Amino acid sequence: MNRIVVVGYGPTAHRLVETLYERGFDGRVTVIGEEPRPAYDRVALTSYLSGISVEDLTYPVPPGTVTRLGGRVTGIDREARTVTLADGSAEPYDVLVLATGSAPFVPPVPGAEHAYVYRTIDDLDAIRMAAKDATEGVVVGGGLLGLEAADALRGLGLKTHIVEMSPWLMPRQVDEGGGSVLKGHIEALGLSVHAGAGVQEIVAGERGVTGLRKPDGTLLDAQIVVFSAGIRPRDELARTSGLDVGERGGITVDAGMRTSDPAIYAIGECALAGGMVYGLVGPCFTMAEVAADRILGGAATFDGADLSTKLKLLGVEVAQFGAMDGALDVTYMDPVAGVYKRLFISDDAKTLLGGICVGDASPYSALRPFVGKPLPAAPSDLLFSGSGAELDLPDDAQVCSCNNVSAGTVRTAIADKALTDVPGIKACTRAGTTCGSCVPMLKQLLEKSGVEVSKALCEHFTYSRAELYDIVKVRGITTFSELISAHGEGRGCDICKPAVASILASLHNGHVLDGERAALQDTNDAFLANIQKNGTYSVVPRIPGGEITPDKLIVIGEVARDFGLYTKITGGQRIDLFGARVEQLPQIWRRLVDAGFESGHAYGKALRTVKSCVGSAWCRYGVQDSVGLAIDLELRYRGLRAPHKLKSAVSGCARECAEARSKDFGIIATEQGWNLYVGGNGGFKPRHADLLAADLSTEELIRTIDRFVMFYIRTADRLQRTAAWLESLDGGLDYLRQVIIDDSLGICAELDAQMEYHVATYVDEWQTTIDDPEKLGRFVSFVNAPGVPDPSIVFETERDQIKPVEVAAR
Amino acid sequence: MSSWIPVCGYQALLPERGVCALVDGRQVAVFRTYDGTVHAIDNLDPFSGAQVLSRGIVGTRRGEPTVASPLHKQVFSLVSGECLDEPGFAVPVYPIRVDGGLVQVGMGV
Repeated sequence: MNRIVVVGYGPTAHRLVETLYERGFDGRVTVIGEEPRPAYDRVALTSYLSGISVEDLTYPVPPGTVTRLGGRVTGIDREARTVTLADGSAEPYDVLVLATGSAPFVPPVPGAEHAYVYRTIDDLDAIRMAAKDATEGVVVGGGLLGLEAADALRGLGLKTHIVEMSPWLMPRQVDEGGGSVLKGHIEALGLSVHAGAGVQEIVAGERGVTGLRKPDGTLLDAQIVVFSAGIRPRDELARTSGLDVGERGGITVDAGMRTSDPAIYAIGECALAGGMVYGLVGPCFTMAEVAADRILGGAATFDGADLSTKLKLLGVEVAQFGAMDGALDVTYMDPVAGVYKRLFISDDAKTLLGGICVGDASPYSALRPFVGKPLPAAPSDLLFSGSGAELDLPDDAQVCSCNNVSAGTVRTAIADKALTDVPGIKACTRAGTTCGSCVPMLKQLLEKSGVEVSKALCEHFTYSRAELYDIVKVRGITTFSELISAHGEGRGCDICKPAVASILASLHNGHVLDGERAALQDTNDAFLANIQKNGTYSVVPRIPGGEITPDKLIVIGEVARDFGLYTKITGGQRIDLFGARVEQLPQIWRRLVDAGFESGHAYGKALRTVKSCVGSAWCRYGVQDSVGLAIDLELRYRGLRAPHKLKSAVSGCARECAEARSKDFGIIATEQGWNLYVGGNGGFKPRHADLLAADLSTEELIRTIDRFVMFYIRTADRLQRTAAWLESLDGGLDYLRQVIIDDSLGICAELDAQMEYHVATYVDEWQTTIDDPEKLGRFVSFVNAPGVPDPSIVFETERDQIKPVEVAAR
Repeated sequence: MSSWIPVCGYQALLPERGVCALVDGRQVAVFRTYDGTVHAIDNLDPFSGAQVLSRGIVGTRRGEPTVASPLHKQVFSLVSGECLDEPGFAVPVYPIRVDGGLVQVGMGV
């Protein structure tokens, strides 16, 4: 068995292919999709209209997959095991998987041919085109997808009506009480809700649609009508091939997702599993994983699915879990705030059966796993429990319904893999990777896991970095040996030595290579350059604010040319020179220092750059001199050692061209002064910086940054960026403001003095290194052959520059 | 043929730092630990294929002297050459001694 053919290329097909390859399938998977593009995230479809690109929505095609996009399958020859495409070609298979999805249901009313549907990127493009000449639109269908479509029309600037056959909106998720609260929210947004109403006809003239007539004769003016009134499984291929299908549609499958032909599986919205067709992404993904397991010889089964949902539609939180009725119920309704919550409970008042939330879905994550289980607390308390921190989840409680992950699975992963954060849980278990609503539960499980997250830095110190900082400061310790002999054990390691070196540097400044401190540094700090994969180093001279004269640019070019270095512009508006051997570093820096350059500290856990946009000097939009401020800030904080690197940027107006909100501290100019944002991050886990203070004068700004940075240096963990530090800070941004603006701890004068000391004692460490023969002596490849270059370093040429020759490792 | 090859004066070694010596065409990483003992292992980091181990941070793990690769931080014993983070990986260890203030690495001794 090595040829798998998948018909249909939506999210379910993608999940199948991804799972097959993840589990080691080494044959060929051919996916035939009707749409002209690979699978994309349909759950996030509406975001396409608000500017998210198709590329961002598209799932990566797993390596090894053969895709036939824009291909339509016209028949299956089950004898010969081939599928035939509309272009006459055939694909042979050993295993065939039907993942043909569903089609929007369009009721057979007069004029229906003028209506749009809401399922694909092409549908959205068509709606967007049509909306250009329209002022009003109607969505037929007040369920989950209908409200999505209504939100899209509203976003396109149309006055929007929603027509729903049932007496209230979202009848599958909420009851009448919830529906009325939901209606209130939606009408407050300016949409018109017509519940309990059908469609008589779509009225169209020569210039297209003019309205929708309801059975009572009233006409809703509209130039666009979108049908979003349910789905029908795409089972036509199965029918014509003689596979069993359900009376009301859907390809009949067994618990292993196998159709009536054992070589053919069906998954997703086209499948009829246990008598049900599922339209939610969670169950469809589960089906894909079951099918993948079966294809690879496993025995997984699909035993139905939890249809619980939590979503935010038109800004309103709606959630439903478990049953929608029960012997007893507890209901809370606040029509003023627009909140409705109801729990259903067994007749002995002991078991939670289900619940509905509208307007505030915070109890959802905590309560859904308890469906069918003893009530974890008094019902009235549960209605208002936010995080669920106080609840103890049983192991078999399902935490993530999208990916069918139980609390027990998460606990096992935390214990076995020694996980310490939510991203780790996501990577190991897939929990929280689809809709994300269970992430608060994951955090709770982590915190309650009993895995002692030791604050000890490493085996040599039982203290955290912040505690060591206090010890060094209070005891006036100046060397690592002094610290470890009195407060630690052994002789340290690659974790504690650089951390202590950083603390000593923050508190005492002084040269990082002086005396014993040289032995504490990572190789980057030891050679004041950045090590690269082949053991060579890269050099980054400081270019404050990204501003540089032509003469200095020429010097960088000449140095790179003369030493044969690879050059690349960095993201921080400077220039990185790669491929230097250790013995070349002092020669390179002699030339750079002579031309007026200083260390850029690209190698250090220190301030990197303060990026800037061009600002008011040149830009017609600029309101402040962003370049000038960026240079001042970069010169003020250069060389300051911190728990991790520090990045900054200054934007001269609200257009934010310097991307300041992705920085540890970012400044955006206002008409009145500067807004200061803190705790931003790019990288692996992007985070937008939070506004700490607004409309500051330059003097106030600098004082606030001084304190922010110093407080961070004092209290953060080793290698903890400001983003993670801020999130871990008890009391968060408000607490930070109290400490560094209101001086609630009475430490501001000290923080200010520490920064003044840093500024006053800064010296360029490359300048002092090249002036010190003892330090220079360490910059050799071989102690017994100082003039000999390392023969193992070899380059090849790529795009007219050097590149390390790949070496066989391991 | 076996011999002790001098590589540098003992004073050239700083406590808890390494240097690299070219010995018989081989790159040997030479370390001096805090108590003054000298160690020699191969300079080639088996994980990256780069000649860098002499530039790692020297320390201890449960009392055993170690160096961490400067590239991906795998820790190697300076005594046995074994990688303490990934069992099954090891680097060659060379005989080393201090004689008359000179550090000597043994080849084939």
